[in-house]
Amino acid sequence: MTDKIVFTLDDKEVEAGPNETIWQVAKRLGTTIPHLCWKDAPGYRADGNCRACVVEVEGERVLAASCIRKPSPGMKVKTGTDRAKSARHMVFELLMADQPQPQDAHDRQSTFLAWAKAMDVGLSRFPADGSPRPDLSHPAMAVNLDACIHCNLCVRACREVQVNDVIGMAFRGSDSKIVFDFDDPMGGSTCVACGECVQACPTGALMPKSIVDETGRGGREADRQVDSVCPYCGVGCQITYNIRRDGETGRDVIAWVEGTGGPANENRLCVKGRFGFDYVTNPERLTKPLIRKPGLPKGLNMNPADPLTHFREASWEEALDFVASGLKSLRERDGAKALAGFGSAKCSNEEAYLFQKLVRVGFGSNNVDHCTRLCHASSVAALMETIGSGAVTAPFTAVKDSDVIIVIGANPTENHPVAATYFKQAAKRGAELIVMDPRGTALKRHATHMLQFKNGSDVALLNAMMNVIVTEKLYDTQYIQAHTEGFERLKAHLAPFTPEAMEPECGIDAGLIRTVARKFAKAKAAIIFWGMGVSQHTHGTDNARCLISLALMCGQVGRAGTGLHPLRGQNNVQGASDAGLIPMMFPDYVRVGIAPKREMLEGLWGAKLDPDPGLTVVEVMDAVHAGVVKGMYIQGENPAMSDPDVGHAREALAMLEHLVVQDIFLTETAMYADVILPATAWPEKDGTVSNTNRQVQMGRQAIQAPDDARPDWWIIIEIAKRMGLPWTYRHPSEVFAEMKLAMPSLDNISWERLERESSVTYPCLAPDKPGEEIVFGDRFPTESGLGKMVPAALLPPDEMPDREFPFVLSTGRQLEHWHTGAMTRRASVLDAVEPEPTVQMNPLDIARFGLSPGDMVRVASRRGTIDIKVRSDSGVAQGVVFIPFAYVEAAANLLTNPKLDPFGKIPEFKYCAVKVEALGRPERQAAE
Amino acid sequence: MNKPPQPDGFRPIRPGGRGGKARAFAKGRQVDVRALEEISQLMEGRPLRRDLLIEHLHVVQDTYGHISAAHLAALAELMRLPQAEVYEVATFYHHFDVVKEGEAPPPEITIRVCDSLSCALAGAETLIAALARATPANVRVVHAPCMGLCDQAPAAAVGKNYLGAVNAAQLVKLAEAHETRPVVAEHQSFDAYCHGGGYETLKSLRAGAKTPDQVIEELLEAGLRGLGGAGFPSGQKWKFVRAGKGPRYLCINADEGEPGTFKDRHYLQTRPHQFLEGMLIAAWGVEAEKAFIYLRDEYPAAHQILRTEIALIEREGLIAPGYVDLRRGAGAYICGEESAMIESVEGKRGLPRHRPPYVAQIGIFGRPTLVHNVETVYWMPQILAKGAAAFAALGKEGHKGIRSYSVSGRVKAPGVVLAPAGTTANELIERTGGMLDGHVFKGYLPGGASGGILPASMADLPLDFGQLEKYGCFVGSHAVVILSDKDSMRDVAVNLLRFFEDESCGQCTPCRVGCEKAVKLMDKDVWDQPLLGELADAMADASICGLGQAAPNPIRSVMTHFKGDIAR
Repeated sequence: MTDKIVFTLDDKEVEAGPNETIWQVAKRLGTTIPHLCWKDAPGYRADGNCRACVVEVEGERVLAASCIRKPSPGMKVKTGTDRAKSARHMVFELLMADQPQPQDAHDRQSTFLAWAKAMDVGLSRFPADGSPRPDLSHPAMAVNLDACIHCNLCVRACREVQVNDVIGMAFRGSDSKIVFDFDDPMGGSTCVACGECVQACPTGALMPKSIVDETGRGGREADRQVDSVCPYCGVGCQITYNIRRDGETGRDVIAWVEGTGGPANENRLCVKGRFGFDYVTNPERLTKPLIRKPGLPKGLNMNPADPLTHFREASWEEALDFVASGLKSLRERDGAKALAGFGSAKCSNEEAYLFQKLVRVGFGSNNVDHCTRLCHASSVAALMETIGSGAVTAPFTAVKDSDVIIVIGANPTENHPVAATYFKQAAKRGAELIVMDPRGTALKRHATHMLQFKNGSDVALLNAMMNVIVTEKLYDTQYIQAHTEGFERLKAHLAPFTPEAMEPECGIDAGLIRTVARKFAKAKAAIIFWGMGVSQHTHGTDNARCLISLALMCGQVGRAGTGLHPLRGQNNVQGASDAGLIPMMFPDYVRVGIAPKREMLEGLWGAKLDPDPGLTVVEVMDAVHAGVVKGMYIQGENPAMSDPDVGHAREALAMLEHLVVQDIFLTETAMYADVILPATAWPEKDGTVSNTNRQVQMGRQAIQAPDDARPDWWIIIEIAKRMGLPWTYRHPSEVFAEMKLAMPSLDNISWERLERESSVTYPCLAPDKPGEEIVFGDRFPTESGLGKMVPAALLPPDEMPDREFPFVLSTGRQLEHWHTGAMTRRASVLDAVEPEPTVQMNPLDIARFGLSPGDMVRVASRRGTIDIKVRSDSGVAQGVVFIPFAYVEAAANLLTNPKLDPFGKIPEFKYCAVKVEALGRPERQAAE
Repeated sequence: MNKPPQPDGFRPIRPGGRGGKARAFAKGRQVDVRALEEISQLMEGRPLRRDLLIEHLHVVQDTYGHISAAHLAALAELMRLPQAEVYEVATFYHHFDVVKEGEAPPPEITIRVCDSLSCALAGAETLIAALARATPANVRVVHAPCMGLCDQAPAAAVGKNYLGAVNAAQLVKLAEAHETRPVVAEHQSFDAYCHGGGYETLKSLRAGAKTPDQVIEELLEAGLRGLGGAGFPSGQKWKFVRAGKGPRYLCINADEGEPGTFKDRHYLQTRPHQFLEGMLIAAWGVEAEKAFIYLRDEYPAAHQILRTEIALIEREGLIAPGYVDLRRGAGAYICGEESAMIESVEGKRGLPRHRPPYVAQIGIFGRPTLVHNVETVYWMPQILAKGAAAFAALGKEGHKGIRSYSVSGRVKAPGVVLAPAGTTANELIERTGGMLDGHVFKGYLPGGASGGILPASMADLPLDFGQLEKYGCFVGSHAVVILSDKDSMRDVAVNLLRFFEDESCGQCTPCRVGCEKAVKLMDKDVWDQPLLGELADAMADASICGLGQAAPNPIRSVMTHFKGDIAR
């Protein structure tokens, strides 16, 4: 490169890269200049405000901040002159004047104190100013602005790194103050508690509450640190557990968690990944195997804190024998298909692999599924059908190269918060962000265009966009010819779907449809992200087909900044699916009916395999009702909350003759169990997981499991052994080694490599090369090598509102709660922020019912009824209500429609008809 | 009929074992529907661009007398801005009164009393005390920084009615009579200006009489320099700006806030068209897409004049409608710093930017921007009409051009003195009628609050750029404040440091904390001179912008030239 800059640093001639600052060059060459407002981490812009890093530049009147100043050719810089040193010293002494006394520090390990010590700045000679009062209003973070040095790292953390836009620097001069919104208490502000500010703060003014005592004193002392990966969503943030030994109990505890430098998060986290870990020490943890006491009815009739009302403790020996004998006797009596297993997308790849192998080899059928069925089964069905691969074609971080970003049917600020930070950053940089969603989500404020279309009208909207692209010949003819098939048929099919014809269907102005279609088609690089708003419909596969066709006809796949990305929900839903935890496919998506691969696996596994697909999640419950399935093994899944028409599912669970549930808490499903096996939580075991970006990442054990809780992989192996399988694995690494034999997708990714690198993207072409982030630039993994465009017809949702049930119910998640809430409702911070179920309604609907926000209503569908508190939310359209499904007290899935998409077998969680009746204020109710 | 919530009548128990009630709303402050309606109406027809935030805040403040949290939240919603972002901007500028929920709005009328040096010398504190006793309940009295009426000290403002030579009774009377609007004095009209050949130079340049390069040479020959205080050769500036690719912008710095300075106000209020023509010549010179005028909010009369006269030249076809964007400051001295001004034009807090890059390279909206002071462009039509040599010859020997010295303090006839560049303080005292009776000349500020303090013994120095730096001072905006034996230089320095403390933007440590600590140290009976000296060095060396770098000048001056005044 010719743009190397040669300059003199401390009398030595040195070279700088084109974007390197003086500070960075000095650091690279071994001199770390003191710094406070400069955070040497990805995403943090230098701001040069603290002046702790000033250096002398020959010929300049004043000193320069080395963190922000770039060298110019021939510049002579001195970092250690008396003048520079005394200015830096004075900066520290000025700041020290207003700091709490060292013994009262909020963070004894703060960057500020460390530098002050290194520079020998002790007591300040300057008089102190008044000190602000602490703000302890937030459940997760302590705000002690008496230690604030106004470096504005928290502002940059909040606004530029996470783009949550809550923190500001208000007022002026020495009155300058870090504020949340309008100088509101943090706990009453719009803060989403990502905690990026806490991670960035160099003084302890912002601290995790968990490591600050009631007097405000605290510190980031850790006895041990363990790097791992977050157990919550599919983003797959890498984390560091900071572990302290509890002096009283002698147990290791997770004191606080920080984001670390994973490819999907670059140190960022959300509220769950940072503050959602004390579920592992919740007193409701299961610590002993439990066997149901005889004669008690199965149901949600228990206190989750007290299993002993309905269960008795058992030894592992007894419990495992009981599990295996129950399963074996059903298999012998009613055949292999009387058994089914639900594995977990929350456990490791190795556990998913072992689980499906146990069902296929030990139970003897393909009756194995997991919650992928409930989230992206339709997306995967469409992707497999059209481009031959169910995974994303590009990571979400590809948006850094995109000009146009479509986010449809997804609410990433709540469900994939760290992925959302990249979208918001891209929008800030000037990329066009087009958000399409029936709900006005938080992403709306960042969007160039917000298309708030009618619930369930995805196909109408997307076909209209494609109609515009076809009519105006905006498609990429060369790409279509070289890489796709089916365009002519699709073209013909799209003719009637003019924007004008579709406007009444989807509720979006025809002109806006045109604008957005043109922008997408003409973009140099456009990318599509979608979530369960697309997939969870009876026409979910059609929705995804439209998105795929849209990308294919414009050639927006396989290049930098382009692609198709279904945002995967759970931390390991990608990996669990890859590992074969699905009834119609073996590991790596080989259809069970395809003989050669089946025979290869039969050789590997030493057993005959069933060539017929098994039952899917919802089908299993129907099969229980039909008397076909009689015994189940459910590991880390909670169908008693997550299934549609969950009343029906619960009845099924109650009907089972032998139900084995393996979990860390007494979940709603576990309440129906005959035997419960206490498993380890994620921080208590080793294993790999694969995120939405196809990054296989290493999870490492950080703490010991309580009492008798055991790792899932160990439990699965013990059951397998008792069912007669000769399994000898001693550690997940041995399982991983076997998986590599069954799964070519893991080529060049070894356990050792993952231990070393923590994350490797698949596919990976060589053991010493990074994986392929963006795939299918040259060909698709279909037989023809071409991507297929499949037309989609307009189909209404299965259950439309009518006179009796006039509202549309849509369900989903919220930021603080994970899936059915088993972990998050037992995490103190998350529970404090969202403690109760709410139904989100448009303020005008609330007024129309004569309700006030906070009132109780009864929401009923043809399948069930719940009583729930009203939350006002102008993002929800009139005539629609939204209910998160994590709350057992008002389980949204009692209401949802179990009708399935014919291809993906995914239920229509996003649409059913309900009615809403006023019940009055909670206090009035309580008085009655 | 539907089933009851639980078929077996058992109410599911929430997991986790804790209590807690759900919020009835989404997180944080909700936008009030009525406030949103009010703000929507107020904003009708106004573009909701980010850079107009400060203008919009003015509209709310002017309409309601304050900015309620509900209105501020509504404005944020309407402009699609985060609450924190509008709040930090609104609270940065002293002319916005943000009133949170549960707080009382300010009284209907605000009387601002200038307490900067010239007015302090003229008894501002006595005036404030008198007002405090006399004001009715619907009036509040607040301290305010320099209003550019130093020649008529003490100065004050009743609402937007800015007046000099005031007394308490008069101010109360005005407040009671609700005389809060600016009073616009007579000024040269468009016709009168044109009659004297006004706008001919601009028209001829536009017609191609000269190239910008030729004009640059003329400006350099004339010796025209940045008269806002930096003294940078104007022609050179054009060259730098022209070196960058378009679109380019022009921004006139009319944020005349340096205490003691009032020359720009003088020209804006007397000969607005000569200024406007100069501005348009500069815009022509760099082919500016748009010309901004950033006018301090303390000059509402000038705002009214410019608004009217700009509309007039739009109608006359001299400029396209909207070509000149007149922006109001909002009470922040720092916005006179050119990069802070640009931030403010973009609707943000006025934080100076780091250099490099210079605003000539990366200015408004990231584009090359020519920034000129009012007086700088004011001279351009004259230079181009009468010749560069003629202008250069107006200076004293060795100095080029003519200067507008703002002279105030202990002289008989303070005012703008048009004098050759290089004029001395002694000469200026003579030009302004000599010292006040009973006052003996003791020292002077050669360049406003920032330029340091020199003793009477050094009053024969030429007051021009580059002449005073060796004495730790500078001439800056040519604001000369004359001090006498009745004035304690310690008090003068404290007044100036208080001003800097109030006006520091707060961005960098040496200035934000340094000013505040300096005031505390200077308030002590005995000054810790070594510590003040160390502090002064660090502020001068390590502050980001000129404010912090120059703020310690008065401290150093007193410790050098007026040691006898330090002890209380």
